[in-house]
Amino acid sequence: MLVFAFYLFAVLVIASGAMVIVSKNPVHSVLWLICAFFNAAGLMVLVGAEFLAMLLVIVYVGAVAVLFLFVVMMLNIDFAEMRAGFMKNAPLGLAIAIILLAELVLGIGAYRAGKLELGTPLGDAAPVAGASNTENIGMLLYSDYIFLFEAAGIILLVAMIGAIVLTHRERRATRGHQNIAKQNARRPGDATVNVKPEVGQGVEL
Amino acid sequence: MTEFFQSLGMTYEWAWFVATISGILLIALPVMLAVALVIYMDRKVLGAVMMRRGPNVVGPFGILQSFADGLKVFLQETIIPSAANKGIFLLAPIITFTVALLAWAVIPFDAGVVLADINVGLLYVLAISSLGVYGITMAGWASNSKYPFFSAMRAAAQMISYEVSIGFILVCVLLYANSANLSVIVESQRGHGFGMVNGYFFNLLLFPMWVVFFISSLAETQRAPFDLTEAESELVAGYQTEYSSMAFALFWLGEYANILLMCSLNTLLFFGGWLPPLDIPILYAVPGFIWFLLKTVFFFFLFSWIWATVPRYRYDQLMRLGWKVFLPMSLLFVALTSGWLMLTRYGGAA
Repeated sequence: MLVFAFYLFAVLVIASGAMVIVSKNPVHSVLWLICAFFNAAGLMVLVGAEFLAMLLVIVYVGAVAVLFLFVVMMLNIDFAEMRAGFMKNAPLGLAIAIILLAELVLGIGAYRAGKLELGTPLGDAAPVAGASNTENIGMLLYSDYIFLFEAAGIILLVAMIGAIVLTHRERRATRGHQNIAKQNARRPGDATVNVKPEVGQGVEL
Repeated sequence: MTEFFQSLGMTYEWAWFVATISGILLIALPVMLAVALVIYMDRKVLGAVMMRRGPNVVGPFGILQSFADGLKVFLQETIIPSAANKGIFLLAPIITFTVALLAWAVIPFDAGVVLADINVGLLYVLAISSLGVYGITMAGWASNSKYPFFSAMRAAAQMISYEVSIGFILVCVLLYANSANLSVIVESQRGHGFGMVNGYFFNLLLFPMWVVFFISSLAETQRAPFDLTEAESELVAGYQTEYSSMAFALFWLGEYANILLMCSLNTLLFFGGWLPPLDIPILYAVPGFIWFLLKTVFFFFLFSWIWATVPRYRYDQLMRLGWKVFLPMSLLFVALTSGWLMLTRYGGAA
């Protein structure tokens, strides 16, 4: 049963990964990417990392991929133009793919060799026996790796502020600016007047 | 239930398989029935607020109205616009409907009455509810039409915005309950308020969070006053504009199943789920399932009441409320809650 589930998820991850590259429509690519994320979460559940699986779905499927989809749907992409440069750039793309593959193989080899003290290849770095992996991750992140964790948080914060600063433009003068407090404070009495004009007389506003 | 099927002479694997399938059916079918009745209730409440009768023709008191509507929709012709992206167009309602049913797997209806009693139940609910946006976005895009597309963009932005603050609110509840398992969360609310009231609702730190959660759940399910994705006066019917027949019905059912889910989450997280409102022995004579149902229906009544009462928000107001009011507020309360718990429960040891 477990083996069947593993091969089901694994085949689907690889197939959807391939479809991301192969699909002609970028929106379809993003949807295949979501499918790949989902099956990767399934694989994580199979190895007992249910907390990471849920986080993968919440963060990547629920937020990141939605923004991808959002952007890709709004772009008006010229498919002919996109495909025109394919053969020209193919050698470069191939070279990058080979470098990445080599790095991946090297990285896994180095990890297998077990020189780094971060965790063991068998994954038995868990400090609390019998606790769920949510607690284990918390224990590890907030004790052994607290400074790395905080540093990662600060880097993300800086990146977020950077993105806001880069895109923020002060345009208050040119655009109608909403002042909600002012809108809420407005009462019918401020906006309307009751008048009873004499017959044949106009209304002075 | 696995033991029961094992006692019928099945192997463990088969017993588990049959038990899970029947568990799924035991949840999905009553949820669908509840959705039909809740649509009827919605229309009755709306009718009562507007001083008219509401549905009253089909069946006693019009209670079969939803089923008649379902039959009508079922018999309609399915129209697929020629400019639509066919595959995604048909996939969108299926995804909406499936996702709306998926989250019910971890909802405990009574003590121990839950299909999947997993440790990360709350995170699972959050993950599944963040998937709801895909059905709508895909529908809007695949329709290849202006109004659905506007609606899809609105829905995507709206649901992401409010999920952020919902996430922080869930963190507050999780800190108090010390678990992400929904059954444990309900159990930890027993006698929480003055040793008498079952529910986090009487906690001064969690009551404002409940208010924010309730409003966010209105926005998350695109109910009035945040129903900008199907604002009739602006967008015809929003992302459903091009849909007909069963595809439309699936959206409709999925939407109400999501609303019911949010109502039951309100019940489970803040109002003590299947526990009676007061921690008095005599109230435990009523089955927990009934309490759960009553509370959920009460929240659904609030949803209908608000639909009938409050005018629709402007889109910029909606965004402002989500990002500039709810997000800082829920963030502040995460800090306050954890600080308070550090001081009282963990003895102030840093």
